[in-house]
Amino acid sequence: MLEAQAVAALGTVVDPELDEPITDLGFVRSLQLRPGRGTDVDVEVHLRLPTSFCAPNFAYLMTSDAKDALSALPWTGRIVVELDDHHDSGLINAGIAADAGYRGTFGVEAERDLEGLRTTFRRKAHTAAMERCLTAVLRAHPDRPLESLGTVRLRDLPPGHDTEALIRRRAALGLDRRPDALVMVDHTGSGYPPDQISPALRRARATRISIEGNAHFCRGLLHTRYPDTPSPTASLIPLSVTPARPTASKESIP
Amino acid sequence: MYSKDGENYFIVDAHIALWDARPENQRNVHGKQFIDCFYDYHRNLSPESELWTYEEYLYQGGERLMKDLFEDGYVDHAIFQPAYLGEFYHRGFGQTEEASALAAAHPDRLTYNHRFDPRDGEAGLDQLRADAERFGLKGVKLYTAEWQGDSRGWRLDDPWSYRYFELCRELGIKNVHVHKGPTIRPLDRDAFDIADVDHVATDFTDLNFVVEHCGLPRLEDFCWIATQEPNVHGGLAVAMPFMHTRPRYFAQIIGELLYWIGEDRIQFSSDYALWTPRWLIEAFVDFQIPQDLTEYAPITLEQKKKILGLNAARLYDLPVPEELQLQAPPADQPATGPRGADQLSEV
Repeated sequence: MLEAQAVAALGTVVDPELDEPITDLGFVRSLQLRPGRGTDVDVEVHLRLPTSFCAPNFAYLMTSDAKDALSALPWTGRIVVELDDHHDSGLINAGIAADAGYRGTFGVEAERDLEGLRTTFRRKAHTAAMERCLTAVLRAHPDRPLESLGTVRLRDLPPGHDTEALIRRRAALGLDRRPDALVMVDHTGSGYPPDQISPALRRARATRISIEGNAHFCRGLLHTRYPDTPSPTASLIPLSVTPARPTASKESIP
Repeated sequence: MYSKDGENYFIVDAHIALWDARPENQRNVHGKQFIDCFYDYHRNLSPESELWTYEEYLYQGGERLMKDLFEDGYVDHAIFQPAYLGEFYHRGFGQTEEASALAAAHPDRLTYNHRFDPRDGEAGLDQLRADAERFGLKGVKLYTAEWQGDSRGWRLDDPWSYRYFELCRELGIKNVHVHKGPTIRPLDRDAFDIADVDHVATDFTDLNFVVEHCGLPRLEDFCWIATQEPNVHGGLAVAMPFMHTRPRYFAQIIGELLYWIGEDRIQFSSDYALWTPRWLIEAFVDFQIPQDLTEYAPITLEQKKKILGLNAARLYDLPVPEELQLQAPPADQPATGPRGADQLSEV
């Protein structure tokens, strides 16, 4: 049961660049629980990435977030989270073990913090989730004028994975999640005038394709590097939006 | 030249290397990590029939390169884009002497591009002058994640970089190939970010900036910048082999590129020796965007001819036989802004 709790905690850690949990991506190599002091349980986790040269800032974020997520469990004692086989493994593992923080870990290579980086990728994740929902609306209603997408509201979206994902991304950015909120908004929550709908949707599509493609490639490389991980051909990430079932959305779109 | 179904294609492989990653050249564990990363790319994206052994992959030599490209590979002209990686390999990763000698022996077949590093300061400027004369440089390949001492990267819009671009302009080095890598200071920001390309492309409109791997993993940022800057081009290194393992993803990449930057600023490359050109050229000529991806128009024959060779030939002033040219030559100044939007339905 404790192991399941630890896995669930690690499942809250997201690769910021790919916008997916590290547990789904296969980045958790091993998880070990051992009796610790008193009633505490010690935890040792090893993480792995698709290449030795994945960006060190993202590698640090995931390792550090994993330790934080496990620390938040009431029963954990000593926690060791290590990143294996990365060009910065030594630096990152020493920094995480000492709870040195980002600047303490990277020294002069760090300027302030990684919050700006997180924000950039939260915005991209929202843009991609928004595009998925709006493209599904268009595929379900091919005759719908493009410019009218600027008036679609959250309550108009069919229930399902894509809509839930959009709501989560809106929460991460602090955007309005009420049913009458507009779907097509930028990261500040502002909508688009009709003549800006088409270019904004095209840009959002490029963002979505980029993120999905990277996630697909990273999964493939991880499998090539560590053949014990699931084959990416079995992965569930679609490379394009599948047409929405007409019955699911017909009544919900005006 | 490649021929299929009565059509002939002039082929320029715009990004190749002659590397040496054998253990005796590896300076430290990073030398092994680097070539292992390349080999995983190779294993992950190649058809089974095109897989090399790890030993073959460590070093190819000039003879094999000539055979893979020009005997077996349909290539008319290829351009060396070396990566130095002096912190990882004793004699560097790209083999300057061997590659430049090969290019000097086959000037009709090979162009040698060299490199510079703005962190070398004044001495590097003198070296670039000497290199331009020695190699007759028309282009350079820049890897912004190159490690040097305590530094693990640099930006194109650093003040010292500008000194080098000014010298490129003076020396007639007009093609700047840029490869964005992951480690750069400060680590606070996205290391793959290509905003610095935007700045230099605006300030050096007489230089061409070819962003290798078409900005991947930041395709969207690349498209947005390149659509506005007529002197920003996209190299298809690493993107090409997606045709085999992930054809729908490749269709979306090429579809986005054609939409945002158009057909005149995209260049084919095998990224040899990551992959070999033969199967990539055959697959690309046969490639078509899946019909259900209705947001993209089909790729035309003319677009394929431009991408496979005519675009790079224009940048490098390579002579193209009359019969392999298009009726209407590519525009001198490619258009900017997204195109095709009004002819296409949006989904």
